[in-house]
Amino acid sequence: MTARPTPGRGHPTSAPHRRRPGWLTAGLCALALTLAACGDDGVEPDEETEPTNEEEPEEAPDAEEEPEEADEDAAAHDPAGSTVTLLTHDSFDISEEVLDAFTDETGVEVEVVPLGDAGTALNQTILTRDAPQGDLLFGVDNSFLSRALDEELFVPHDSPTLEEVDERFLLDPQGGALPVTYGDVCLNYDVAWFEEEGLEVPSDLTDLTDPAYEGLLAVTNPATSSPGLSFLLATVDRFGEDGYLDFWTDLADNDVVVTDGWSEAYYDEFSGTGGGDRPLVVSYASSPPAEVLFADPQPDDAPTGVIEASCFRQIEFVGILDGAENEAGARLLVDFMLGQAFQEDLPLTMFVFPVNTEAALPEVFEEHAVIPDEPLEIDPAEIGENREAWIEAWTSTVLR
Amino acid sequence: MSLAARPAGTRRGPRRQRRLRRGLATAGLLALPVVFLGWFFAWPVTAIVWEGLAPAGELELGVLSRAVTDPAVRSVAWFTLWQAVLSTILTLLVALPGAYTLSRQRFRGRGFLQAAVTVPFVLPTVVVGSAFLALLGPRSPVNAALVGLLGDAAPTLDLRRTVTAILLAHVFFNYAVVVRTVGGLWSMLDPRLEDAARVLGASRWRAFREVTWPLLTPAIAASAAIVFLFTFTSFGVVLILGGPGRATIEVEIHRATTQLLDLPLASTLALLQLVAVLASLAVYGRLTRRAQVQQRLVASDTTRRRPHGRAERALLTTNLVVIIALVLSPLAVLVERSLITAEGYGLDNWRRLLTDDAATVLAVPAADAVRNSLLFGVSATLVALVVGTLAASAAALERGRLTGLVDRALMVPLGTSAVTVGFGFLIALDRPLDLRGSPLLVPLAQALIATPFVVRTLLPVLRSIDGRLREAAAVLGARPVRVWREVDLPIVGRALLVAAGFSFAIAVGEFGATVFVARANLPTMPVAIFRLLGRPGVANFGQAMAMSTLLAAITAAALLAIDRLRVGQIGRF
Amino acid sequence: MLALHDVTLAYDDHVVVERLDLVAADREVLCVLGPSGCGKSTLLRAVAGLEPLRSGTIHLDGRDLSGLRPDQRQVGLMFQEHALFPHRSVADNVGFGPRVHGLDAEVVRERVSSALELVGLAGTEHRRVDQLSGGERQRVALARAVAPRPRLLMLDEPLGSLDRALQTRLLQELPEGFAELGTTVVYVTHDQDEALALADRVAVMRAGRIEQQGPPDRLWRAPRTRFVAGFLGLDQQLPVEVMGDTVHTPLGQLPRAEVRRAEAGAAAGDVADSGSPAATYAVLLPESIRLLAPAETARNNELVVTGTVRRRRFRGDHQQVSVELDDHTSSGETVTLNALALRDAGGPGTAVRLAIDPRGVHLLQPDERE
Repeated sequence: MTARPTPGRGHPTSAPHRRRPGWLTAGLCALALTLAACGDDGVEPDEETEPTNEEEPEEAPDAEEEPEEADEDAAAHDPAGSTVTLLTHDSFDISEEVLDAFTDETGVEVEVVPLGDAGTALNQTILTRDAPQGDLLFGVDNSFLSRALDEELFVPHDSPTLEEVDERFLLDPQGGALPVTYGDVCLNYDVAWFEEEGLEVPSDLTDLTDPAYEGLLAVTNPATSSPGLSFLLATVDRFGEDGYLDFWTDLADNDVVVTDGWSEAYYDEFSGTGGGDRPLVVSYASSPPAEVLFADPQPDDAPTGVIEASCFRQIEFVGILDGAENEAGARLLVDFMLGQAFQEDLPLTMFVFPVNTEAALPEVFEEHAVIPDEPLEIDPAEIGENREAWIEAWTSTVLR
Repeated sequence: MSLAARPAGTRRGPRRQRRLRRGLATAGLLALPVVFLGWFFAWPVTAIVWEGLAPAGELELGVLSRAVTDPAVRSVAWFTLWQAVLSTILTLLVALPGAYTLSRQRFRGRGFLQAAVTVPFVLPTVVVGSAFLALLGPRSPVNAALVGLLGDAAPTLDLRRTVTAILLAHVFFNYAVVVRTVGGLWSMLDPRLEDAARVLGASRWRAFREVTWPLLTPAIAASAAIVFLFTFTSFGVVLILGGPGRATIEVEIHRATTQLLDLPLASTLALLQLVAVLASLAVYGRLTRRAQVQQRLVASDTTRRRPHGRAERALLTTNLVVIIALVLSPLAVLVERSLITAEGYGLDNWRRLLTDDAATVLAVPAADAVRNSLLFGVSATLVALVVGTLAASAAALERGRLTGLVDRALMVPLGTSAVTVGFGFLIALDRPLDLRGSPLLVPLAQALIATPFVVRTLLPVLRSIDGRLREAAAVLGARPVRVWREVDLPIVGRALLVAAGFSFAIAVGEFGATVFVARANLPTMPVAIFRLLGRPGVANFGQAMAMSTLLAAITAAALLAIDRLRVGQIGRF
Repeated sequence: MLALHDVTLAYDDHVVVERLDLVAADREVLCVLGPSGCGKSTLLRAVAGLEPLRSGTIHLDGRDLSGLRPDQRQVGLMFQEHALFPHRSVADNVGFGPRVHGLDAEVVRERVSSALELVGLAGTEHRRVDQLSGGERQRVALARAVAPRPRLLMLDEPLGSLDRALQTRLLQELPEGFAELGTTVVYVTHDQDEALALADRVAVMRAGRIEQQGPPDRLWRAPRTRFVAGFLGLDQQLPVEVMGDTVHTPLGQLPRAEVRRAEAGAAAGDVADSGSPAATYAVLLPESIRLLAPAETARNNELVVTGTVRRRRFRGDHQQVSVELDDHTSSGETVTLNALALRDAGGPGTAVRLAIDPRGVHLLQPDERE
C-alpha cells in the first residue's frame, strides 16, 4: 500500500521547478489519495543536478557524471546501432523508405514521437526539458520560434548541409533551430463557385470587407489553430498594428465564420471540398495540388486556387534538444533532414516546400502549387513579444 | 388470525474479530485501486498543478487570485456550470424513457439499437461533431423538409454555433451513459414490485414514482454524475459545435497549456475544475447514500416484455423516433459521407482505405489501426475491470468513509482535463520508471477513464445483493472468496459485462490520453482518423469517414457480442 | 364470486392457459394446484390485470374485469417471494394500498395496524423490510395484500420460500385467517399438502387446463387421471384391463363391482361400459393395502399377494413398509407396494403377505394426453 517509488537513478532535476512545501504536497496527495506517489517530496530537491553536456559545460555547474551517462557518452562517439528519438507534431510525415535510407546509411534507427499539435509539442518539450523524451524536436514554426529560443531549448548545430539551404530561412542567430520546411498559409477559393457566380476572385485582403463578399469566408481561430494564427499575423503585417483590428471588425460585420480547427473550416464550411457553402477559406498554398493528388481520377486543373496576396510564410524548424541522450545520432538526423532525399519527400507527405534549394519539386506541385514571391512575414521575435496580445485583441474584437 | 410472531433470533458472533477481518479485507481490496489512482492520476496531476502554482518553487497566491477575479474566467466558469447542468437534465429527460424501452421492452432489433446508441459515445468528437454539424446546418434534412412543406417561404433552421447545438450534442454523446447505467439496473429490477403496487391500486405513474424511481435512484444518480462530469469538462463538442465564442474551463485549460504555455492560469483553472467536480461528487455521494437499498435482482431476460397497451406502444414509438433522429442519423451521415466519391456514391474510399499502402510514417494500414485499437481496448478493459471490481467490492463490503472516498476519488479523473493529466504524465512519470513513452501507458490512461464506469455499474448491483445470501453461503462453510464466486459473481456477471462493454467502448474510441502517450508506430483507429482528417484532399476526408464508420461498426459489433453473452442465470438461487 | 370463462392466455405465440373455465364462490378458498409452468401464476396475474386476455372473460361479483386496469380491479395479490418494497418500512409496505386509494393518514394508520395485528406482527410498523425473517416477510406480504380490503385475495405460492416447520405451522393458522377475512381466496401452489389442507375446493391444473376440480376429499378418493392421482401423491398405480365383470391387474383379478371408478364426467371415463376389453390404469389408495399378520386370513374379495420387505420407515404411530412382491406377472417385472402397518412388520428380508381391498382400488380414465 505504501510502496514508495524510489527516486530512480537520480534523474537530473532542476531544483527550483520541483521544490514544494511538504504540507501542500501532503494536502494535495490526501485530496486525491495518492498514497503511492507521495514518497519523494522533500528528498529530491537536494539533487540539484543538470545533465552534462559536452558542448555547453557551463550550463551544468553541478555536473555529476553517472555511469549510465558515461555509457551514453560512449555511444555518442559512435552512434551506429543507437536509436534517435524525434519529437514532433501530429502532422509530421515522411516516406518510410526515406527513413530507412537514413538507417542504412548511418546505422541509426529513428523513433518518431508525435506530441499533439505544434504548440502542444513545443510546450511539452519545454516542460520536460529536465528529462527530455527525445533527442530532437521538429515542428516549431516561426510563430512560436521565439518561445523555443527564449527557453534555450536547442543546442547549436553547424550542419554541413546548411550551405544548400536558402538563407532567408535562417532565423536563429545561435544556429540551434534549423529550418526544414516552408509553406504559406493562404486564402483558398473555390474556382467553380466564382466562375458560376461571375464574381471576381478577391485580389487583396481589403476586398474581403466589400459587401459583395459578404458571408463567403471561413477562417480559423488563431487561439486554437496554427493556420488561424498565421492568417491573423498576415493581417497584422498587411494592415499594421494599428489597422488590423479595424480590418477584423469589418470582416466580422461582413459575416466571417470562425471555426476552431482547420479541418472543420476546410471540410465543413468550404464549398471547394463539397462540405460547406463558403467559397473562401484559410488553408495552405499547397492545398490545391493536394486536391489534385488525392482526387480520383485526377483533374487537369485544381478545383481550388490560392489568393497570393493573403499568404503568410510558415517556416518549420528542427533543433537538437539540450540534454539529448543520443546527441550524435540527432546531429546525423538533422543533417539528413536538410539533405536532398528528405527534402524532396516533403511536398507529397507533409504538403510543404523544401528549404534545400537543390531539392526538386514533384510534378503536381510544379503544376498546381503557388509560391508567392513576397509573402507576408513578421520577425519571430516580434511575434514572440506580441503573439498573446494580438490573439487576445482579436478574440475581443471578433468573438465577444 | 393468530400467526404469533416468532421471537427475533439473537445471533451474536465474535463481532469484533469479524469487524477486524472485514477491515483487513477492505484494505486488501482497496490497495490496488489506491496505488493505481495515486500513481497514474493524483501524482501526475498534483505535479503539473504545482508546477503552475509555484513557478519558482514557492506557492504564489497572487496567481490564484489573479485568475479568480478575472471576469473572463468567471464568465467561462459560469457558462461551464450552467451548460453542464442543463445538459445533464436534458440527457436524463431524453434518455430515461430510452433506458426503459431498451431494458424492459421486447421488440425486434432491440439488441442492435442498444449497441448502436453506444457508438456515438465512442467515436472521436471531431468526427461525429462534423456529422452532427451537417444535420444542424442550413442544408440539413430538416430544412429540406421545411422547404418541401412550406416552399421558398420556409424559415431556415441553422443551429450551428449555438448553445442549443452544444446541448443537443451532449444529449447525443451521453445518451448511452444513462441507457447503459440505468438500463443495466432497470433490466434486473424485479418487475413484480411494480406489479404489486399496481394491484394495490397505484396508477402506472404512481407505481413508477413510488417504487421504480426510488429503486433506480442509485443508478440514476450515478449516470447523472457521470454525464455532469463529462459535460462539465466538455471539449470537442464546445469547440466544434459551440463555435469559438464559447469556452468551457476545459477549453481554457487546453488553450492555456498547449498554446499560451500559461501554466499558472492552467493550474488555477484545473483547481477550479477540481473543486467543482469534488463538490458535485459530494452531492452525488449524499444522494446515493440515502437511496441505497438491498433488493432482489432478477435475470434481465425475464423482465423484458413485448409492449402491450396503447401507452406502452406509444412509448416505444417515441423512443424509437428519438433514437433514430438523435442518435442514428449522425451515424447515417457518417456512412453516407464515406460513400461519396467524385462520381456519386461508390466504394472508392473504402477501397483506398483497405488497400492503399502509402508507406509513410503517418500512413496507417487500416488493419494495423484496428489491431492496435483492439489490443489497447482489451488491455484497458482488463485493467479497468480489475481495478473497478476491487474498488466496487470494497465499497459494497464496507460502507465506511474510506471506501466512500475511494469510490468517489475514482470518478475524479472523469472530471479532470485530459490535457492536465497528459501533461502531468509527462513531468511526473519519468521516475522511478520512465513510462512516458511506454505503450503500457495507453491502456493505463484509458483505464483511468473507464474504471469509474465499472465501479458505477457494479456498485448498485453489488449493494443490492441480499446480504443474507452471502451470510447463508458463509455459514455453509464457504470462505469469502468462494462466497464471492458462487453467490455474487453470477449475479454480478451481467453487470460486469455491461461494464466491460463500456470500458471497451471508451478505450477503443479514446483519443485524448492516447495523444500524449502513444508512439507513432502504434496508431489506433482514432489516431488514424485524425491523421487523415488533418490533410487536405477530398479522398483523405472520405477515407477518414470510412475509417470512422469502421470504428463505429467494430464498436457496435463488440458491444452486441458482449450483450449477447450470458453469464449464469441471474436471480435464480 | 369469481368467474373465469373460456380464458386463453399467451406469451407471444406460446399459449399458457387455454380455454379455461373456473369459478370460485363467495368466501370460498379455491386452491389451484399444478406443477410449475402449468400456467397457474399467469392465471392469477391475468385476474389481477397484469396479463392481457387472449380471449374469454373474467367477472368478479358480476362485474366484468376485462376493460379494467390492475389498480381498478380491487383484487389483492400476494406474490411469490412476496415482492415487498425493499426501500420502505413495514408500515409503508402495508399502508401502500390504503394510501394510494386516497384514504386519510389516520385511516391508513388504522388499516396498517389492524392488518399487522391480523397476521400477528403488531408493533413492527417501523422496522425495515430487509431486517425481517422469511416468515415475517411472508406475513407482511399478506398484511399488505389484505390492507386495501380487496374483494378477492389471491396468493401465489405464499409458503414456497419458507422452511418446512414454518410451513406446517402456517398451514394450521392460515384457514382461520382466511375465515376471519371473509373474502374469496384463490390460492396457487404446487404442493398437494398445502392444497389439501387449506382448500374448500382444489382445481388441479396441467399445461394450461383444469384437469379436475372438487373438494379435497373427493379428489383424493376419486382422482380422474394418472396425472391428478400422481400429483396428489397417489403414486401406487397399476396398468389394468377391464373385461366384463373383472378387472385384470398384474397382481390378480378383482371383481368389477367392488372397484371404484372415476365419477362420470368425460364419456371416456366409463371404460368398462363399452363391453370390449379396455386398458387403463388403476390407483391403489394407501389404505387399501394391508399387511397381514402371519396367521391372519384375508377378508372376502381381498386380493392376497406375497412378497419380501425391502425397507421400512417409522412414521410415529405407524410404519410404512415397502414390499417387493413375488412374481405375479408374466412380464417378469418386479412390483413394489407400500403398505401401512400398525404393528412391527419385521426387518428387510422378512416374507410377508399383503391384502388388497378392491374398494380402495380406483380405476382411472385413460389419459388423453399421453
